[in-house]
Amino acid sequence: MRAFPMALRHRLLAVLSLMGGLALAGCAGDDGGLQSQKMALIKGRGQLICGVQGTLPGFSSVDRNGRYRGLDVDICRAVAAALLGNPDKVEFRDLNSSERFAALASGEVDLLSRNTTLTLGRDAAGGNGLNFAPIVFYDGQGLMVPKASGITGIEGLNGKAICVETGTTSEMNLADRMRERSIAYTPLKFQTSDQTYAAYLQGRCAAATTDRSQLAAKRTGFPDPEAHVILPDVLSKEPLAPATVNADPLWSDAVRWTVYALLQAEELGITQANVEAKVAKAKGDPNQADLRRFLGIDGELGRQLGLPADFAVQAIKAVGHYGEIFERNVGSGSTLKLERGLNRPWSRGGLHYAPPFR
Amino acid sequence: MTATPWWRHRRLLPLLIQAAAGLAILVVIAFLLGNLVRNLTAAGLLLSWRWLSMPAGFDVAETLLPFNAELPYWRALLAGLVNTLRVVVLALVGATALGTVVGTAAFSSNGLLRRLARTYVELIRNVPLLLQLLFWYFVVFLSLPNGAEAIQLPGLVLAKKGLYLGHTTLVNGVWQGTLRLTLEFSALLTALVIHSAAFIAEVVRGGVASVPRGQWEAARSLGLGHRQTLSRIVLPQALRVIVPGLNSQYIALAKNSSLAVACGYSDLYSVAETTLNQTGRAVEVMLVLLGAYLTIDLLISALMNRLNQLVQIQER
Repeated sequence: MRAFPMALRHRLLAVLSLMGGLALAGCAGDDGGLQSQKMALIKGRGQLICGVQGTLPGFSSVDRNGRYRGLDVDICRAVAAALLGNPDKVEFRDLNSSERFAALASGEVDLLSRNTTLTLGRDAAGGNGLNFAPIVFYDGQGLMVPKASGITGIEGLNGKAICVETGTTSEMNLADRMRERSIAYTPLKFQTSDQTYAAYLQGRCAAATTDRSQLAAKRTGFPDPEAHVILPDVLSKEPLAPATVNADPLWSDAVRWTVYALLQAEELGITQANVEAKVAKAKGDPNQADLRRFLGIDGELGRQLGLPADFAVQAIKAVGHYGEIFERNVGSGSTLKLERGLNRPWSRGGLHYAPPFR
Repeated sequence: MTATPWWRHRRLLPLLIQAAAGLAILVVIAFLLGNLVRNLTAAGLLLSWRWLSMPAGFDVAETLLPFNAELPYWRALLAGLVNTLRVVVLALVGATALGTVVGTAAFSSNGLLRRLARTYVELIRNVPLLLQLLFWYFVVFLSLPNGAEAIQLPGLVLAKKGLYLGHTTLVNGVWQGTLRLTLEFSALLTALVIHSAAFIAEVVRGGVASVPRGQWEAARSLGLGHRQTLSRIVLPQALRVIVPGLNSQYIALAKNSSLAVACGYSDLYSVAETTLNQTGRAVEVMLVLLGAYLTIDLLISALMNRLNQLVQIQER
């Protein structure tokens, strides 16, 4: 008779425990009715994890005190304030353009607020399968050239090299526009925006291309910003919007309506400074039904979203209304000094429009 | 005498246990694959290859195969693969030549040469390749002057617009040559050659050191010079030790070529990254990448194993 070999028994045990572990870890749980897994996870963690660009002044960058600032950053803070009641309960993760969708899909970040263009392919389940919140910035792709080059239009780039960040819509727009105009060019693709602009500044490319707001933002960090001009040609529509994954529609709704609340607040003239006074006033005036609903005094709009009743108040208290966010980060109150243009509310000739809060 | 019961059978039992273990592993694999497919289906990401034949819609900077944005994704990936192979093959040749020279220089009778070789190896080996690549591209190549101020060597002009080889002429401030290499390609090639050569030099040095001292002395006493001793007596014997070590260096070089994306060279990885972002087919693109690099490395291994057989002592 031969004893059951010891080593073999150990090996079997190992295999069995491995199987057990995988069976537990590998199975995805089913969604439990109306409960949002993502929101439960964020509340349990007590912190929202937000994917941002991280090196783009005006949209998301770190200031000298180590604090994230920018339009994209404020959207993260507004969502954190709406859901958790505290705009500082956000952990920011820097993502490059090729990492961003994988980071969102794998759940590494809860929310992607990273100057991302809304496109059909990115929205569709058969494409990247994202769920986009309302557009927070209407942009268009542009080209930046050194002033000294004397290039004044896109035709001047015939036969030249153009620096572009890989994995962006800019890459495809550039190919389309150049093909339409039969302009020969060499696309030089870099993985990060820092590498892209380093190559441009070293004179490897005659032009750099990306969204016009980004070009303006990056230019503020150049050794001599005055030496570079953004050409008048607009190559594309670039509506930038925050995104969540398709799998959790309740979470997507919460983000969507938090952004709408910021747009609605501008329309209603509710600012970071006067929001408390507006709440006090609305509480004493039962005739202001719209305002009372929006501020969470009446009705259950917040509860329907799975958010606190005063989610809009919390978001506005944290970052102000959309107009304030814009002016502070990229408009007159910033170094970028971008015109509001299409980013005005609809009532003043722009494109921002929030559906009714009812 | 009673027959042994089957659960105590000396030959049957191990077979049964092996079969059970094999079955268990198959079950685990089936479970994992099933889980993968189920989760991918739930996320709407079930494997699909239709995107391969759709128009790519983006341009690739430099290609050996003709390519434009109207051609399908698989052509873009193929163009990227050819670009990868181009830089890998040239870097293999360059790194082997430089590595052999540096490795044998460690045995030179010239003290300065010996120390130079050591310094080179220690300096290059201990700095990350990505850093070296960025240095070559952004600091060295992108700082080259243009036009008439370009660095001119016999048969080679180094300018910001590229490297011009062969017969070079300056026409209206723009250089023309028999062969033009882009800065991105040149930077990647330089970084790969310099980096890999340091490791190959160590493999060569180890191989040469493994040849018994008596062989050197015997060659000397026959009247052979240093160079002849090295090329006729020592290196052929050292090859037995060198070739297996070279194999892993070559494989590492092929994989390191994917750092191209940092300096704007359109290699397979760079094209795949654009493809991934535009199609959203992450799993499929990753599978293509895995397959491509695995094939390249297995090919290198197969060739090196064949070479290894050739240089071993033939037993009679």
